[in-house]
Amino acid sequence: MHRGTLTGSRIRERRMMLGLRQADLARQIGISASYLNLIEHNRRRIGGKLLLDIAKVIGVEPSMLSEGAEAALIAVLREAAADSTTVRAETDRADEFAGRFPGWAEVLVNAHRRIASLERSVEALTDRVAHDPQLAASLHEVLSTAASIRSTASILAETQEIEPEWRNRFHRNINEDSARLAESSKALVSYLDHAEAKEEQLASPQEEVEAMLADHAYHLEMLETGNPDLAQIIAKEPRLTTDSARLNARVFMEKYALDALAMPLQKFQDALSRIGLDPTALAQRLSVPVQSVLSRLAAMPEGTLGSDFGLIVCDNSGSLLFHKAIQGFAVPRFGSTCPLWPLYAALSRPMTPIFQRVEQVGRDALLFDCFAVAHPVVPPALNVDPLYHATMLITPAGQFNRAPQAEVRPVGSTCRICPRENCSGRRERSMLSEEF
Amino acid sequence: MGRHVLLIEDEPNISEAIRFLLSRDGWQVDTHSNGHDAVETVHSSCPDLVILDVMLPGKSGFEILTELRANPQTKTLPVLMLTARGQSRDREMAEKAGASRFMTKPFSNAEVLDAVRELVRP
Repeated sequence: MHRGTLTGSRIRERRMMLGLRQADLARQIGISASYLNLIEHNRRRIGGKLLLDIAKVIGVEPSMLSEGAEAALIAVLREAAADSTTVRAETDRADEFAGRFPGWAEVLVNAHRRIASLERSVEALTDRVAHDPQLAASLHEVLSTAASIRSTASILAETQEIEPEWRNRFHRNINEDSARLAESSKALVSYLDHAEAKEEQLASPQEEVEAMLADHAYHLEMLETGNPDLAQIIAKEPRLTTDSARLNARVFMEKYALDALAMPLQKFQDALSRIGLDPTALAQRLSVPVQSVLSRLAAMPEGTLGSDFGLIVCDNSGSLLFHKAIQGFAVPRFGSTCPLWPLYAALSRPMTPIFQRVEQVGRDALLFDCFAVAHPVVPPALNVDPLYHATMLITPAGQFNRAPQAEVRPVGSTCRICPRENCSGRRERSMLSEEF
Repeated sequence: MGRHVLLIEDEPNISEAIRFLLSRDGWQVDTHSNGHDAVETVHSSCPDLVILDVMLPGKSGFEILTELRANPQTKTLPVLMLTARGQSRDREMAEKAGASRFMTKPFSNAEVLDAVRELVRP
């Protein structure tokens, strides 16, 4: 399992803060000083019992020392525990569980994700029966015709004396209705067959697009130059398995290609190194909207400034449209997010860029700088309220040019796994109120 | 009480079958096939019982029933509702709107006869 390479540095930092000598700590946890030295310089992986022992000696939560993949694992473990209504999991020992049984923890996390995605498709299917007008009309047609045939047929079968003209009429009606029933039931079956084929893939279109982007580390080399043939590029992407995902990918790529055209890589990186990380100044210099600068920053090639920044885009209902993860900033996979994110503040002040330093309460309590802006997505029309998207860039704290305001805003991920007390944004009780 | 039924149903073949069935049972049957002016037709023909389909062109059976129940003249008129969907939601909506009975398609002729006989006792 991959572990954040910073764990060792954090141990070293904590130890030095306590004024504890390397040899002393090593002795207390029963390893050699040279081995501890390797750990502290991130040259040996650390986890499990050793990490717990070190955390105990230097008096911190083990979670303060670990991060990265494990933190994500633990966040999902907590979600899973929160979802379990009948069994009370030892949420206060999730760290220990993930540390000691990483394989089992991953199995549980994968199962939890699978359940969430299956639940969503069940919901989608239920919705379809209740709301799909085509299906409702089809079923209505079948049932009405069946009702008519049944009623007419039983009149013919049960009525002792029936006038020839009535009998002929009913025969004709049954004949007509049975033809209609054959047609409508065939239509219904072919509709259901078609729909079933569409449902085979359980990942949402958005997830497929994100998986495709993750394959490319969010930098789409093939869209950077010339006149890319989007249809061909999309057809070649193995992750895009549904029409819906290909459509989403196309929308994303069109936007990406436009950004790449307006802000060619070399030009953008030159401006970035001259001006520094200042999205509004960059937007002015490059004559592009601020939100385009934010997307472009998050699409920089691996190893350059911006490549490890996170990005979240939502619409004005608050639904997430796009999410590029940044290590340490937890975003729930499904369901509702924390209303305190600057992303949502931006929606209440359209066109005004917002800068806010945040601390995601809970585990590692890392600091992030968020830069968010809400912008209309449709051209202005007379007496029509515009629709907005909000875009938020998330960076590790301290990378922006401008000095941030002193205040750090505590935010969460989602209520159920957020320990923050007395939060005016709270929607439901946390499962973690007893810890931290 | 009389034996006058108004059948409001847009499927002509169902209409015909029920009409035949009830006529044979000694009822006077009038039919009507759309939602637009169904309420007016009820008021002008003064039936002893209304058989009302839910899915009608122009106005739904629920709307028609609600209007009938709002009028003192038809407040207690027996109404048998027919629907092809038969979901619990439809049943709830029918009860809320004030239906006397609720029947889902496809139904048997015996069920229809039992229902109308029970709703209009001589």
